Amino acid sequence: MFWEQLINGLTLGSSYALIALGYTMVYGIVQLINFAHGEIYMFGAFVGLFLVMAGMNIFIALLGAMIFCMLLGMLVERVAYRPLRGKSSRLSALISAIGVSIFLSTLMALYRGTNTTRYPEVLSSSSYNLGSIQISSLQVIILVVSALLMVGLQVMIQKTRLGKAMRACSQDLEASSLMGINVNQVISATFAIGSALAAAGGVMVGIYYNAVWPYMGMMAGMKAFAAAVLGGIGSVPGAMIGGLSLGVMEIMGVAYLSSSYKDAIAFAILILVLIIRPQGLMGRKTSKKV
Amino acid sequence: MEAFLAQNVDAYYLRIMIFIGINIILALGLNLITGVTGQLSMGHAGFMSLGAYTSAILSMHFGTPFFLAIIAGALLAALFGFLIGIPTLRLDGDYLAMVTIGFAEIIRVFFLNFEPGGKAVGLSGIPQETTFTIVWIIVIVVIILNSKLFKSRVGRSLYAIRENEIAAESCGINTTRMKVLAFTVGSLLGGLGGGLYAHYMYYINPQDFGFMKSIEILNMVVLGGMGSIPGTIIGVIILTLAPEVLRVVAEYRLLVYGALLVILMIFRPNGLLGDVRIYDLKKRWGKKEVKI
Repeated sequence: MFWEQLINGLTLGSSYALIALGYTMVYGIVQLINFAHGEIYMFGAFVGLFLVMAGMNIFIALLGAMIFCMLLGMLVERVAYRPLRGKSSRLSALISAIGVSIFLSTLMALYRGTNTTRYPEVLSSSSYNLGSIQISSLQVIILVVSALLMVGLQVMIQKTRLGKAMRACSQDLEASSLMGINVNQVISATFAIGSALAAAGGVMVGIYYNAVWPYMGMMAGMKAFAAAVLGGIGSVPGAMIGGLSLGVMEIMGVAYLSSSYKDAIAFAILILVLIIRPQGLMGRKTSKKV
Repeated sequence: MEAFLAQNVDAYYLRIMIFIGINIILALGLNLITGVTGQLSMGHAGFMSLGAYTSAILSMHFGTPFFLAIIAGALLAALFGFLIGIPTLRLDGDYLAMVTIGFAEIIRVFFLNFEPGGKAVGLSGIPQETTFTIVWIIVIVVIILNSKLFKSRVGRSLYAIRENEIAAESCGINTTRMKVLAFTVGSLLGGLGGGLYAHYMYYINPQDFGFMKSIEILNMVVLGGMGSIPGTIIGVIILTLAPEVLRVVAEYRLLVYGALLVILMIFRPNGLLGDVRIYDLKKRWGKKEVKI
């Protein structure tokens, strides 16, 4: 029982982690809570659905959704955030993000209606037995794909030229631009990568829970933001650990405490952790300069 | 007064005016926390629901007089603001935002499971005691007290915290105490607005006070101009009227609303009246008169 719940928690948690990565990467560079991120995740789930319904293989649909959301993320950044950058407080950028979020979810609601759509049967659901634990093939796929994406991201950030530029930008945007880094391009790329990861999360959650609806982005976005903060916002490994632990804690809370408080459990844990460790689990403690 | 209004003003407009009044009280509360002191709170609806439920339950089940009930609701919200403020206000910026979101969600889930509050169905049959006159008298009192507060020593230290917390601290301002104070007073106003709302709507349910409600109030504060009373009032008027005016475009209403937020922020990044205060306006108008 416990181990099965742990697997369920990790599956849910890896979707939180994929969304949280987008929050944390964007935050690390431009200090913006990208509230439209949950809606990008929702668009990812829907685009995946449309491609599957058009008869494509699930992995191609996943890839298609990721590419679509990459473009959508870059478009949102270009239209709603870039004009504000540098000349306004962070709060106005936040309101702009909220505006985008309302716009995108309404757009999908107008197109598809507000009802839940079920995903077609894309994978034959067989299950494996590992000792006494039962694990479904779907869970295996979700865990493996998420792990691959996260490892890939980590390699990208540590080894490539773009990754190096992203790390530089997250330390000091102005100094990076003085060193000849095209800051706007790096920010654009960050949005693209974050959005692609969220889309992957969206498609997998859509298949796993067999449901997508236009307002699914809000709660998922909030939970993922909570995961990013839990791990220490701005820290990439933090977002992964935060997402996984939030998912596990939520499932455990539902299994052993009460299911009617499902949505409250994650937030209660988060608040407790932040009171004890204000910078999050993996966050760096920064001292403020005058 | 009420009878006169009911005869001469269309019920629909009266309703909108009452909503504007209630929203002004809510938004001025958040303005004190976010606009003046610079602490991003995204859970104002949580305090609103505390005030709404407390006052509604008091007046429905215990027959408490209306004024006592809404004051009790406001005080309970203030108490929670105080209790939550103490441990969390040492978190900065976005961590605080997350905690306030989380707090409001916990309260919402609590009321979803709260027996005396009617669980997910909500409470209905709350006596409709909130009237136009009462709301606007409270609004005027709140505005006067707010502008007095901004001009006082306390108000100036709150602005100082927003501009630069470390500099403020080195000038001898007890920043933690001031932040907790702003948070408590802001939550008090949130609870007050919630109580008035409950006694006007005669029906409340936990979904009325979700994340989107908090965001709506935050939009009003930021759109009008942070830290400015006239700005907040203008923000409230625009955003309360917007959904009504946008009824013309029917189902595209929210689409336009979202786009409008983005466009307004691009063209007026600091809000429509960023940091304009009532006494600044008076000074400006005063000068003009002398010139003429």
